[in-house]
Amino acid sequence: MSKSTGIGASVKRVEDYRFLTGRGRYTDDMTRPGQCHAYIVRSPHAHARILSIDTAATLAAPGVLTVLTGADMVADNIGSLPCGWLIHSRDGTPMKEPKHLPIAADKVRHVGDQVAVVIAETLQQAKDAAELLDIDYEELPAVVSPGSVETAGTAVHDEAPDNVCYDWIWGDKDKTDAAFAQAAHVTTLDLVNTRLVPNAMEPRAAVGEYDPGMDEYTLTTTSQNPQLIRLLLCGFTMGLPEHKVRVVAPDVGGGFGSKIYHYAEEVIVVYAARRLKRPVKWTAERSESFLSDAHGRDHLTHVELAMDPDGLFLGMRVKTTANMGAYLSTFSSCIPTILYATLLSGQYKTPAIHAEVKAVFTNTVPVDAYRGAGRPEACYLIERIVDVAARELGIDRAELRRRNFIPPEMMPYDTPVGLQYDSGNFARNLEDALALIDYDGFPARRAESATRGKRRGIGFASYIEACGIAPSNVAGALGARAGLYDSAEVRFHPTGSVSVMVGVHSHGQGHETTFAQIVSERLGVPMEKIEIVHGDSAKTPFGMGTYGSRSLAVGGMAMMKAIDKVIAKSKKIAAHLLEASAEDIEQDGGVFRVAGTDRSVDIAAIAGAAYVPHNYPLDELEPGLDEQAFYDPKNFTFPNGTQICEVEVDPETGVVKIVRFAAVDDFGRVINPMIVEGQVHGGLVQGIGQALLEHAIYDEDSGQLLTGSFMDYAMPRADDVPDFEVKTNEVLCTTNALGVKGCGEAGTIGGAACVMNAVCDALDIGHMDMPASPERVWRVLRDSRPAMAAE
Amino acid sequence: MYTFSYQKPSSVADAVATLTGDDDAKVVAGGMTLIPTLKQRLAQPSALVDLGSVPGLTGIRRDGDALVIGAMTTHATVAADATVRSALPALAALAGGIGDPAVRHRGTCGGSVANADPAADYPAAVVGLGGTVITDRREIAGDDFFTGLFETALEPGEIITALRFPIPKRAGYAKFRNPASRYAVVGVMVAETAAGIRVAVTGAGASVFRVAAMEQALGGTFSPAALDGIRIEADDLNTDLHASAEYRAHLVTVMARRAVEAAS
Ligand SMILES: Cc1cc2nc3c(=O)[nH]c(=O)nc-3n(C[C@H](O)[C@H](O)[C@H](O)COP(=O)(O)OP(=O)(O)OC[C@H]3O[C@@H](n4cnc5c(N)ncnc54)[C@H](O)[C@@H]3O)c2cc1C
Repeated sequence: MSKSTGIGASVKRVEDYRFLTGRGRYTDDMTRPGQCHAYIVRSPHAHARILSIDTAATLAAPGVLTVLTGADMVADNIGSLPCGWLIHSRDGTPMKEPKHLPIAADKVRHVGDQVAVVIAETLQQAKDAAELLDIDYEELPAVVSPGSVETAGTAVHDEAPDNVCYDWIWGDKDKTDAAFAQAAHVTTLDLVNTRLVPNAMEPRAAVGEYDPGMDEYTLTTTSQNPQLIRLLLCGFTMGLPEHKVRVVAPDVGGGFGSKIYHYAEEVIVVYAARRLKRPVKWTAERSESFLSDAHGRDHLTHVELAMDPDGLFLGMRVKTTANMGAYLSTFSSCIPTILYATLLSGQYKTPAIHAEVKAVFTNTVPVDAYRGAGRPEACYLIERIVDVAARELGIDRAELRRRNFIPPEMMPYDTPVGLQYDSGNFARNLEDALALIDYDGFPARRAESATRGKRRGIGFASYIEACGIAPSNVAGALGARAGLYDSAEVRFHPTGSVSVMVGVHSHGQGHETTFAQIVSERLGVPMEKIEIVHGDSAKTPFGMGTYGSRSLAVGGMAMMKAIDKVIAKSKKIAAHLLEASAEDIEQDGGVFRVAGTDRSVDIAAIAGAAYVPHNYPLDELEPGLDEQAFYDPKNFTFPNGTQICEVEVDPETGVVKIVRFAAVDDFGRVINPMIVEGQVHGGLVQGIGQALLEHAIYDEDSGQLLTGSFMDYAMPRADDVPDFEVKTNEVLCTTNALGVKGCGEAGTIGGAACVMNAVCDALDIGHMDMPASPERVWRVLRDSRPAMAAE
Repeated sequence: MYTFSYQKPSSVADAVATLTGDDDAKVVAGGMTLIPTLKQRLAQPSALVDLGSVPGLTGIRRDGDALVIGAMTTHATVAADATVRSALPALAALAGGIGDPAVRHRGTCGGSVANADPAADYPAAVVGLGGTVITDRREIAGDDFFTGLFETALEPGEIITALRFPIPKRAGYAKFRNPASRYAVVGVMVAETAAGIRVAVTGAGASVFRVAAMEQALGGTFSPAALDGIRIEADDLNTDLHASAEYRAHLVTVMARRAVEAAS
């Protein structure tokens, strides 16, 4: 029987009432007394020197309060937007870290770069006045294609004349070379992991406020991690003391990574609010989002897989060029390195792996983590080359995977790329997925499709990801400039309700429900009496926020620790109230009982005693029932699974339709199956989006973003995706007490690989690059027509 | 958006008068094309003349052997209308395949035709069905109406009041949608009318065009196979991110065959 409450129950999302009734409170909903509006003037050029900015006409326009330029920021010592991860090149030199001022001061480096900010009483006035701004640019040649930056003949930053940010290596080269020397077969593949625009439903927005009386600042912003933004705002860009700065991320309408970073606009509104002593609001228009939200992916990769005669993997070599865009966004440098190369073992016992990653600057929007962040890129190349290898060797693709899986008996398993997988039963996920999709029935379905003139294909992706980057000291040794713990405070109120303040942030994940389910089960308090508070630096303890599927595995564990402290203290209070010794108190949810007796007290009474301590051991215990904890995990967690999809290709038009999709995932313990299923669906849709539809395309010469609106950038819609059949296989994580692994990114990690494997199968080809859009598929078929005729 | 004055005329004559007196005034119908253009500051009309409450511009009626559809009738209305679905199902299907529900509930047939977007569906209906564009001052044959990329035979200040479609013996529309915008990459209307076979292609070129070779072939036998081997030249076709001219040329034949298959 399924539970109706607590851990494991599909409890309806408590946050949905306000969202579905239009009562969510988003940043753009905030209107402050005296608020004025910022309009950001963005560069129309990919690369140009700013020769002069004449602001006179703008300043004279109706309603204009001020015009800010990079020069103003420089004069006021506003700092550079920092990068949170230091990577070293193979020669030991640190990555090139050019300045990234919130408003460009010397050069603009991508179309959409901030050039000036016009602030006026109304947004309309600011826009009107912005048209009067006279900016004189000297256009420079643009570096656009990441594959040819070194010969581009122009430098995005003077600090990196060859446009290389770092040239990093990972793994054991000698061992890998030795493995290739013994190989019976080597498969090679060149592939592109396309650039994507995250496109959260809610565009970014920020409101800056300054209280001159108290010398206090408030920033309301669309962030996945308000505490981190406060740290960066205080420590790097604005140079303010934290106790004077509050950062609030209220309801946030999706992030997918793009709202992790400290963005220029956050600095701009805070800085402008101080100068004007008035609240300043900025909200992105959708076209601005395309040009200023950090993009995702954008890798060029060459990969080689060495195998023995039976198809056992002996070694893998990977060479990747990763496009960083024009500046280093907050976590950009660790995505194609620490979150990518460390995952190159996948689910396989490949003994030797070596990776070379060159990160390059181009005159394009900065690239950073996008749902999955590095791990989808790793999964895509692994799962693609495994399929190509199977095709070359004539081995069934499921069978080749089976032969190479790390078996459960080998757990914990040390990969050759630096991770220790704690748990997982990869083969079982594959077998279950094969059963769900009815793999054996595929030939018949393929034949049936053929009678309708359609080509059917099936594809797998057996993915593994690493979530909840940890522990902090290891991350630090790898270059992280921040800790990666999280925090929670459990405040049990005098009359029995509970507020839990968490350092992670919910922007679609449903923490207000899932976290409350854990509290409810552990403390025996009904859901209605629990509130999960997040997103306000003035309310929550310091935490690192939500990304990388870390919230439950890290933030949830911090909350567990705080709950344990509440329970420990409650036992002592119960012992006092029941005149027993604390060791004899047994806890079951909200009931504290003297072992072996029927004498008990419930947690509400305990809280009452703690806050009205008349009958209370005041000499031993502090009053109150309010505990806080920080948690730094021992290891990453490793969600894993197998996704299988079937596609039908219309050879006349090249249209690919996904007709079946099954996903079997091991997320460790599942707190809320309904929410997990939703996360899987959403992730898969984004994977499908990349495989079939989405593609951010720049003009090679001008550096203009050609897909700068939804009229050209194709987002997946409901009718582009099939019904998903999903299932979870719980193998508890062994490195955290909840046994949880994380589910936020899984769908995206395998999704694109899975679909492309099915497309290549349908087309009977080794490889084609994403997206498998109609014309590209049609061309592949047309160009392989002689082979088709020979069939 | 730049500022403009907003006019709400109570008759077509009023609207025409306002437009005639002000060269920079513009008609607004569903606003699906015009409003985004204004928001992006790509146009600066002095006034918007809203046809929304002008009486007599909406509705669908049968007029002998033809359907007459008021210019302000939305795509959703056309798609769902019982008369259209029985007399001219190809037109209902065309209207029902435009954009997304929001666009279909605001966008109008008059606006679509007046706008003459090369990727719009309605031009294929007007030309492919041998329709007529009715304005405040005259009737313009569909064949003469679309004169180029976003260009029509409309005079400044001229307002479309209705479209008239003769009811064909059978007709079919097949569209290859742009995966992002859902406009037509290629859309083909095939109709067997009293005056003969008509094949009109939208999306592929600067403006809707007819394909004589296909009309001839279908005049022989009205079957998909009749179109086999008829290729149209890619030379003058559109190329964009989603489809090259070559691919569009190929799609014209594929969509024409499918339109014949769908014809009823
Ligand atoms: C996301 C999106 C997807 C779309 N997809 C499709 C699609 O798949 N297929 C398709 O065909 N269309 C598509 N459209 C276009 C849409 O269906 C409308 O037909 C189109 O926007 C014009 O109609 P409207 O009523 O909105 O006109 P408006 O935007 O109000 O006006 C458009 C132009 O026509 C003029 N005008 C309007 N009415 C008249 C009139 N009666 N007389 C003279 N001039 C007039 C206006 O002055 C203006 O210049 C799409 C639009 C959007 C925004």
